[in-house]
Amino acid sequence: MTANLNLETLPRHQAATVDSIEWTRLATPEARRLRELGFDAGVSIEVLHRARFGGGPIACRIGRMTVALRRAVAGAVRVSLDPLPAE
Amino acid sequence: MHASPLVAMVGNPNAGKSALFNALTGARQKVGNYPGVTVERHSGRLSLDDGRPVELVDLPGTYSLDPVSADERVTVDVVTGRGGFERRPDAMIVVVDASNLDNHLRFALQLIALKLPVVVALNMVDLAERDGLTLDPDVLARELGVPVVPTVAVRRRGIDVLKAQLGILLGQRVPTRDAVDAVPEEIGVLQRRARQIADAATVSETPTRRWNHALDAVALHPVVGPVLLVSLLFVMFQAVFTWSEAPIAVIEGGFTALDSAIKSVMPDGFLRSLLTDGVIAGVGAVVVFLPQILILFAFILVLEASGYMVRAAFLMDRMMSRVGLSGRAFIPLLSSFACAVPGIMATRTINDEKDRLTTILIAPLMTCSARLPVYTIIIGAFIPNTRVAGFVGLQGLVLLVLYLLGILGAFIAALVLRRTVTQGASSGFMMEMPKYQMPRFRDVAIGLWQRAYIFLKRAGTTIALTTVILWALLSFPKAPEGQSQVNYSVAGRIANGIEVAVRPIGFNRDIALALIPAMAAREVAVAAIGTVYAVDDPEDAKGERTIVDNLRHRWTLPTALAFLMWFVFAPQCISTIAVTRRETNGWKWPLFMIGYLFAAAYIMAGLTYWLAVAVGL
Ligand SMILES: Nc1nc2c(ncn2[C@@H]2O[C@H](COP(=O)(O)OP(=O)(O)OP(=O)(O)O)[C@@H](O)[C@H]2O)c(=O)[nH]1
Ligand SMILES: [Mg+2]
Repeated sequence: MTANLNLETLPRHQAATVDSIEWTRLATPEARRLRELGFDAGVSIEVLHRARFGGGPIACRIGRMTVALRRAVAGAVRVSLDPLPAE
Repeated sequence: MHASPLVAMVGNPNAGKSALFNALTGARQKVGNYPGVTVERHSGRLSLDDGRPVELVDLPGTYSLDPVSADERVTVDVVTGRGGFERRPDAMIVVVDASNLDNHLRFALQLIALKLPVVVALNMVDLAERDGLTLDPDVLARELGVPVVPTVAVRRRGIDVLKAQLGILLGQRVPTRDAVDAVPEEIGVLQRRARQIADAATVSETPTRRWNHALDAVALHPVVGPVLLVSLLFVMFQAVFTWSEAPIAVIEGGFTALDSAIKSVMPDGFLRSLLTDGVIAGVGAVVVFLPQILILFAFILVLEASGYMVRAAFLMDRMMSRVGLSGRAFIPLLSSFACAVPGIMATRTINDEKDRLTTILIAPLMTCSARLPVYTIIIGAFIPNTRVAGFVGLQGLVLLVLYLLGILGAFIAALVLRRTVTQGASSGFMMEMPKYQMPRFRDVAIGLWQRAYIFLKRAGTTIALTTVILWALLSFPKAPEGQSQVNYSVAGRIANGIEVAVRPIGFNRDIALALIPAMAAREVAVAAIGTVYAVDDPEDAKGERTIVDNLRHRWTLPTALAFLMWFVFAPQCISTIAVTRRETNGWKWPLFMIGYLFAAAYIMAGLTYWLAVAVGL
């Protein structure tokens, strides 16, 4: 159901978790910085903002941090939705 | 032999290293709420409680020991002792942000693995509390195996304990192992360990109102965000004009009073002319702009301290990517509005070399505060002080247009450069967004004070010296009765020569005269014109006519507009050229920069002049 979800397509304010990151899709310095900013399988993530209509960067919460990144990079971050908390 | 041990401040960007450094040493290093404020190493001294001196060095923040950008390389070189610095630190203060522990601990673990004596400063515990986090420093110390001191750098909390810990650390004299010996661990492994430790050290976590997110909902909104950014910049430029009127009048009054006081006590002659026509007319013409420069700086400092800067970079990234830059470049470019020199230094945080070079080359197109005097005086003389659409001042509007022209010019230049001399893959944009903070009055005040000091010092040295030289060149040889003193003087003869080259773009002799000394600093153009009219004022023997009256009398509107346009582009600043040489390691790029900017200035000023003449202005 959530097989092909990534950070680029993740709806705003949907609690999600990083599944895996397709490192090979990223340039080396980019991949390293992404790692250093805490992107890692199992970390909770949420899209906060998307700049303008299409094309602009994405702001997301990763762990306790807010990070801005471009969509192309976000596309390499595979995520899965967290189960909805019981009412 | 080194008498005092060397201690380095290391940690993630924006952890509060410089704030802590200031608290420990009493220094006034720049602090700001965005990653990448510090881009150089800075040394300071502190005395431990028992009087032992320690040399403390503040370093740029970095995320790991694998540097990606020039500023990070500085830190890694110092910490590992590889950069040809005289020695490795004897100990480190590793600064971590308590409200962002899991991420900062990862780098802390890497640093601790270097086996240098370490004390961890658990900084920003106040922010962690604000976020509803309670941490146990003892658990943290046990897990990390090094002492941990909770601190709030900006309120000087924990500073004494930190000092005491440092004393213990340096007293032990642990033999230091070489950095290269440290086993590099896989980053993912460190990351997970860091998260575990952070979890263990977290006593409780109560959800609080996320007003950070509420602010971002506005600041980063796809429609409201850009409107807010443009409005902020607009208000900034309007304020530069409207708020400065009263203080400028006071300073002007002061100089006029000084001028008449000198004239009333000193007999007419060489010395009096040097003082009134040279120093007061020249330096006074520039010092008058202090209020405007401070207002501009106050805005920029508040934006930097609040955390809005990275939001602006976020909003600008799309537009910047169109010209081959990243939103990251926005921060150096915005600080270039204050002065291109720190702006160019700040490009060190851009990791892509071509990207960085492009940013350096276009930074002088951002309207720096040294252009304000030039713009203001011309606008004041030629643009009527009327209101457009009821509330917008026309003069402020013209100023805004000049700023926008600089920005537009920079974008076009970047577009062209990226396709020609600085070709390369498009670089990315990835940035941590700091939490919003209330700007601290003290930080802003110190920033303003430092700026005022630099400005006045420049007015008293560079500007005073160039105007006195100019005054001398203008005053000799003495013209015979009935001839223009300026035309007869050495400077006037040179200027009449240059005028031939600049006449096609509408410049007159006075402008030709101002351009050369203005290479020292742009404000000198105003000082120079002030001096020219003080020396050469045939219609007004008492010299009571102001610069503005003289300008209105002697310049046409097309000439004035061409002059403004020239200053939008011309690289009239030796410091900028020098810092470009230093940051690009050679003369190639500064010479290129001078060439393309002067060419642009000449063409644009010429176009403006002819267009203005054609439409009958
Ligand atoms: N609330 C709070 N703010 C702090 C504290 N320490 C620093 N700050 C603020 O955090 C921001 C970053 O501080 P800096 O000292 O510039 O950080 P830095 O680690 O030197 O950053 P870089 O030079 O960019 O690596 C500034 O806005 C400081 O005022 C603290 O303990 N509590
Ligand atoms: Mg710093």
